[in-house]
Amino acid sequence: MRHRAEPPSAEAGLPVRFAFDGRALAARQGQSIAGALWDHGVVAWRTTRGGGRPRGAFCGMGVCFDCLVTVNGTPGQRACLVRVAEGDVVTSQEGYGRDELAI
Amino acid sequence: MWSPRRKGTGVTSSPSDGTSPSDGTGRSGVPASGGPAARGSLPTPGPYDLAVIGAGPAGLAAAVTAADSGLRVVLIDASERPGGQFFRHAAPGLAPRNKPVHHKRATFAALSARLAAHVRGGRITHLLRHHVWTAEESGPAAGSEGWTLRHVLVDGAPAAPTPADGIRVTTARFLLLATGAYERQLPFPGWTLPGVVAAGGAQAILKDSGALPGRRIVVAGSGPLLPAVAASLAEAGADIPVLAEAASYTGYASRPGVLARNPAKAVEGVRLAADLLRYRIRLRTRSAVVRAHGTDRVEAVTLATLDRDWRPVAGTEVRIACDALAVGHGLVPQLELAVALGCALRTAPDGTPAIEVDGQQRTDVDGLWAAGEPTGVGGVELALLEGRSAARSMAAAFHGSGSGRGRDARARAATARRRRFADLMATVHRPGAHWPQWITEDTEVCRCEEVTAHDLRRAHELGARDARSAKLLTRAGMGWCQGRMCETAVTCLVADAADGADAADGDGSAPLVPARRPLSCPVSLQDLADSTPSADAGPTATPGASAL
Repeated sequence: MRHRAEPPSAEAGLPVRFAFDGRALAARQGQSIAGALWDHGVVAWRTTRGGGRPRGAFCGMGVCFDCLVTVNGTPGQRACLVRVAEGDVVTSQEGYGRDELAI
Repeated sequence: MWSPRRKGTGVTSSPSDGTSPSDGTGRSGVPASGGPAARGSLPTPGPYDLAVIGAGPAGLAAAVTAADSGLRVVLIDASERPGGQFFRHAAPGLAPRNKPVHHKRATFAALSARLAAHVRGGRITHLLRHHVWTAEESGPAAGSEGWTLRHVLVDGAPAAPTPADGIRVTTARFLLLATGAYERQLPFPGWTLPGVVAAGGAQAILKDSGALPGRRIVVAGSGPLLPAVAASLAEAGADIPVLAEAASYTGYASRPGVLARNPAKAVEGVRLAADLLRYRIRLRTRSAVVRAHGTDRVEAVTLATLDRDWRPVAGTEVRIACDALAVGHGLVPQLELAVALGCALRTAPDGTPAIEVDGQQRTDVDGLWAAGEPTGVGGVELALLEGRSAARSMAAAFHGSGSGRGRDARARAATARRRRFADLMATVHRPGAHWPQWITEDTEVCRCEEVTAHDLRRAHELGARDARSAKLLTRAGMGWCQGRMCETAVTCLVADAADGADAADGDGSAPLVPARRPLSCPVSLQDLADSTPSADAGPTATPGASAL
């Protein structure tokens, strides 16, 4: 039996456009930022505070905080939880993602 | 008859007196508090009869069963859709590229339909995208016995903002913890490389976004999740060169009686084995990924054969090219709230801590029940049974009545049977004593604070024998994830070695001591400032309501 509790929405299938580090990319409706980036072969979008090493999604459920990313200027967002919205500007997060606070 | 064990009140009247308790439809019952909130258009502020934390299989089953019995329920969950991890599914309208992955559709569809009916009927208030960061007993100043929960919204803007988004504090008479679990990770050199993902994480992102971390994905670790993950990834189009299981499935044969009394589990195993055959996935037991190779992403892994104690056998290494690795070693119950509330805990046979409950899912704290993985990892069927059982117990306590004894006895027997299987599974997949041998000095153990095995072994030399001391000396476990990813490894590395073993090994089988995490998730200073202490709150105060 097919599960019909959630009928497809009217805009099913329409791509969502977003920017990632200056690249114009498309996502599917309802995808997380992590899922959308994986679709484009991108698996890293953060560098660590200590070693500056690349990181991306790990636990996939909001527990590990490895996938932190800057969305529309707000750093520290979990890419595995945040859904891509039309026009989002997603940027890789370096270190704390708060360079403006550096002293 | 339910007897209070700690607070000694024994009150059985409802805070919402006048509600028809036996209306089992969930459609017509209008709580006595009345008002527009009762019709589901606005959230009722509480106090609720019952707060359920977690909308996975256990929490969902409990919430709808309790609502059937006439309780006014608030169901609080961090996701934007009900279902938890097992029932995680794609957003409505997400154009599936592949056949969508969604397990036990019929069960979930039935639970969702009952939830929706109760939400429409005002019997259940569903707070989506709310993460409870602390729970405490309501003080006398709060005007009623029970619990005060404080919660924050999770990251990202809501798809459809609702007035409920502004609620930060909820009160309820009874509390059910159905907080689920997260994956247990055993680090190895290279595990922080992009493309190395948690097995459940790969499954989660595939379920909700239809995406894969790579094209050629090695699946490794230990536990019953792995064959399901491998089959899902293969079905979505990934090439799975190998599935490496560190334990040996022959362990299941050590207790044939348990398997015989759980025929469904045997069938499930056969079905998964058939899936592996269908997708031509090679299963290698007693094997582990001991290193991931690559510079900016994983390019290959080294697989080694393990001995009985999970010690890599020299000379057995093989290198396998891949562009992703999905790895996990079972699950760890999510216990922050249970620990903070002082529940009695036990150590499950897999070495993880779990909440001690009785045959009705009652904890030893009055008014507090627990169901699903927090009572010991046992899978979806057990979680559903426990959720229903908890709900019947809470309804009986609420109405001051007993429930159908015959039915309860049968349910308890089914629960006990499945619990025995879960215990067997936990025993089979408990990490062996010598897995730390595959960790090199420069292996990063704490991903957040970039603490290496070398740092932890030095902490051991300085006298650290538990994760808490190691944290104070090295910062391991002090980062964003609060040690959830590294706690098992840190515990094992600083534990004293088993008899005759190399001290640098630690003890790979060391039981995990439940961590104290006063805040169960990161909370902004603004949210802390907004959360008025309950002692200052008036009888009907709901501090978060000012944001409505």
